[in-house]
Amino acid sequence: MTALVEVEGLTVAARNDFGEETRIVQDVGFTLASGEVLALIGESGSGKTTTALALLGYARRGCRFAAGAVRIGGTDMLTLSEARLRDLRGRKVSYIAQSAAAAFNPSRQLMDQITEGVRMRRLLGRVEAEAKARALFRSLALPDPDRIGARYPHQVSGGQLQRLMAAMALMTDPELVVLDEPTTALDVTTQVEVLRAFRHAVRQQGAAAVYVSHDLAVVAQMADRILVMRDGRMRETGTTPRILSAAQDSYTRELLAAAAPRPATPAPAQEAAGSLIEVANLTAGYGPVDKDGQPAFPVLHEIGFSIRPGSALGVIGESGSGKSTLARVLAGLLPAASGNVTLEGQPLPRQLSARTPEQLRRIQIVFQMADTALNPAHSVQRILARPLAFYHGIRGAAARRRVAALMDMVKLPASLAERLPAELSGGQKQRINLARALAADPALILCDEVTSSLDTVVGEAILELLAELRRTLGVALIFISHDLKTVRSICDQVMILYGGRVMEIGPGEAVTQAPAHPYADLLAASMPQLRVGWLDGLDDMRLAEAGTAGPVFGYRGCAFFTRCGVRTEGVCDTTPPPWHRLRKGTDIRCHRNEAELTAARPDRRASGLHVTRV
Amino acid sequence: MGEVISLSEQRPARARGRFRWHAPLAGWVGAGLVLFWAVTALVGPYVAPYDAGEVVGPRLFAPMSAEHLLGTDYLGRDMLSRILDGAYYTVTLALSATVLACLFGTSLGILTAIRGGWFDVAVSRVMDALISMPHLLFSLVVIAALGSSMPVLIGLLAVTYTPGSFRIARSHALGINAMDFVQVARARGEGTGFILREEILPNMVLPVLTDFGLRFVFVVLLLSGLSFLGLGIQPPRADWGSLVRENVEGIYETAPAVIVPALAIATLTIGVNLFIDNMPRRRRGAPRA
Repeated sequence: MTALVEVEGLTVAARNDFGEETRIVQDVGFTLASGEVLALIGESGSGKTTTALALLGYARRGCRFAAGAVRIGGTDMLTLSEARLRDLRGRKVSYIAQSAAAAFNPSRQLMDQITEGVRMRRLLGRVEAEAKARALFRSLALPDPDRIGARYPHQVSGGQLQRLMAAMALMTDPELVVLDEPTTALDVTTQVEVLRAFRHAVRQQGAAAVYVSHDLAVVAQMADRILVMRDGRMRETGTTPRILSAAQDSYTRELLAAAAPRPATPAPAQEAAGSLIEVANLTAGYGPVDKDGQPAFPVLHEIGFSIRPGSALGVIGESGSGKSTLARVLAGLLPAASGNVTLEGQPLPRQLSARTPEQLRRIQIVFQMADTALNPAHSVQRILARPLAFYHGIRGAAARRRVAALMDMVKLPASLAERLPAELSGGQKQRINLARALAADPALILCDEVTSSLDTVVGEAILELLAELRRTLGVALIFISHDLKTVRSICDQVMILYGGRVMEIGPGEAVTQAPAHPYADLLAASMPQLRVGWLDGLDDMRLAEAGTAGPVFGYRGCAFFTRCGVRTEGVCDTTPPPWHRLRKGTDIRCHRNEAELTAARPDRRASGLHVTRV
Repeated sequence: MGEVISLSEQRPARARGRFRWHAPLAGWVGAGLVLFWAVTALVGPYVAPYDAGEVVGPRLFAPMSAEHLLGTDYLGRDMLSRILDGAYYTVTLALSATVLACLFGTSLGILTAIRGGWFDVAVSRVMDALISMPHLLFSLVVIAALGSSMPVLIGLLAVTYTPGSFRIARSHALGINAMDFVQVARARGEGTGFILREEILPNMVLPVLTDFGLRFVFVVLLLSGLSFLGLGIQPPRADWGSLVRENVEGIYETAPAVIVPALAIATLTIGVNLFIDNMPRRRRGAPRA
């Protein structure tokens, strides 16, 4: 079999604002046969997207191809004229971007946009094009394939939009599809459906694919071969099973270590008695409040939990489940509508302005986006010195010493103190973020998705740091994440939120054990695992349920009703589910009792899905 | 995991140039022009060869000569003296009015963005009302009531141009106010003043200054318009705008009297804008690939 794609000595140079040139991709070469899937994996800045775009003969602004060749079916993409490239792009080679929401025009119907490429090139007439699109919708498992094309981008979910973009890319039967982190922005449960649809479609078309990702577990499901990149150079390449089982390069092994399940952190020894913070019956939301004090758009309903000093609570759920809102409510940024929060035995006022400086100091919040959480106009020194002066009145030389100590605590060299946030890497910024929270000497740190925007290896290092801070400083954590794996590794309690309600809460070890709440079960099953064939082994029925709808608001039944695989019509949708405790030690909110939930599980066992393995 | 951190979080070495001041040539040209006119405004009247109101020339619209370096105006007054004298009015009046307008507009804009609610609604509607009135008409009424003097003119021009500045500042501040670092400051318990001064303002300095540069040009124009109507600077004193207006007939005789004040306005406004657009700023690291 001759190679469809041949890349040889590809070198891309980028020019910065000051005219200095650096090589962001250097001497990359690989071949790809028809029907083969190659994964490009690496952290941000490793040159993987630049390499993928070179397959389309495209170099981003300020970049140029310095050397090498990219041959697709014998044509060198790097030497073609713009006109020839325009003809080939989208026809022979197509591209699926990370953010489908940004790739669609919000003011035009989906069908028009999807068929535009083939109609513009006069490859198909409107009727044939639309028929073909509908066939693709079907093979991508989109709901209502005959009519979904008439909708506008905002009328479909994120996962559906991502699949619609795949349909657009496959319209012209391309020989090569470039997928650039197509599932990174999606929830785990959605990611699984999209991955399955992509793989099915790529196989059916017999096209070659290049899959760009930073997630080894995802890549393991999609690719035949893996190419590991770092700082613009190839580190290692090989077949997927070989890379996963016998990686030779040190960086690949680092990536594998970061993606593998970690043993849970043992609870700190000096755990004190009593509770640090107690939350009861908390309800909060946005929009104008009615006469009962309830907001027009409630987000959290009857949330209750308590945290002992020095312990960690993990909060997980998909986007829209209210986890960030919970952090904002506890921090006082969003006053709760009703419910009680007690901090160290004292009632905590809902309004920020009613809290005492001492109460403010005890709870600190760390945000997800390290980029926007640091004031770009202030130096690190100034950012860290402010809470010292504000809470503790530490100024001058004493503040300087304390800032150095804080930076040491988060394992950053003190020499970074004079830098601006823009001059730090993502991981460094997140460490400064943490250091700012620590400067207040808090009892509780609210971590809102602190590792989500970071590369795997860097995120892993941050988790390590959090666990260590907990051990040494005895600070309690509320760790918010959409990733069960991350949460389980650093938290002793886990709370699973769905549609703003607690579905299951209990010890971290126990939450992922069977039997569990159907939603917890789905989350655990959707978590990509680092082994070949995981995706194929998934239970179709259970996941098919997952795709249909979002949470249900505004009625009395269970919020998870529409997606639940074990629902009972007439009960689950009309009566609020009761709390009950499972033998493994967690509390769940479900109409099904333990025996029924256990009985619903054997199909998972048969397909080899043991998420209980820690 | 110690080595991992140092390996994977180190950025390419680019720490050296951090405090280097980086301003292109255009910035220096702008700064030079602004400095030149600022000095002229201060010392101009003392170095002027003739009294600005004295009719000295042999004829009207005289060309450049050794005696009258920039010729004479429509009444035969020495043009160089009039330019030097006018510099004081144009620079101090226009500059202080613009500074005031931007100061009020920007502070109110950020404050409304932080406070929100009824405060935002009230201030925004007042600004809308101000912006909806024709500038010249509004000025006519105010000057008719209060008479024309330097303080009245400065106040009037400042009030006239506050709403525009307010709008721009508010829209920028709304965006910055939603950023996480402002939320962090709020959760820390910081007051409105701190958030305005330390968190929001430093991140919108550039657009606010650019707006300042544009607004300065408008103020010079409105001022000359007022002077033309006899409501601005009172004759025989004149700002540059009035110098152009009163000598406009000289254009047929290609007299320097009409070109020179126009050039003076042009160099000042272009200088201000060049300087602002190329303000020296801290050199940032190269964008990530």
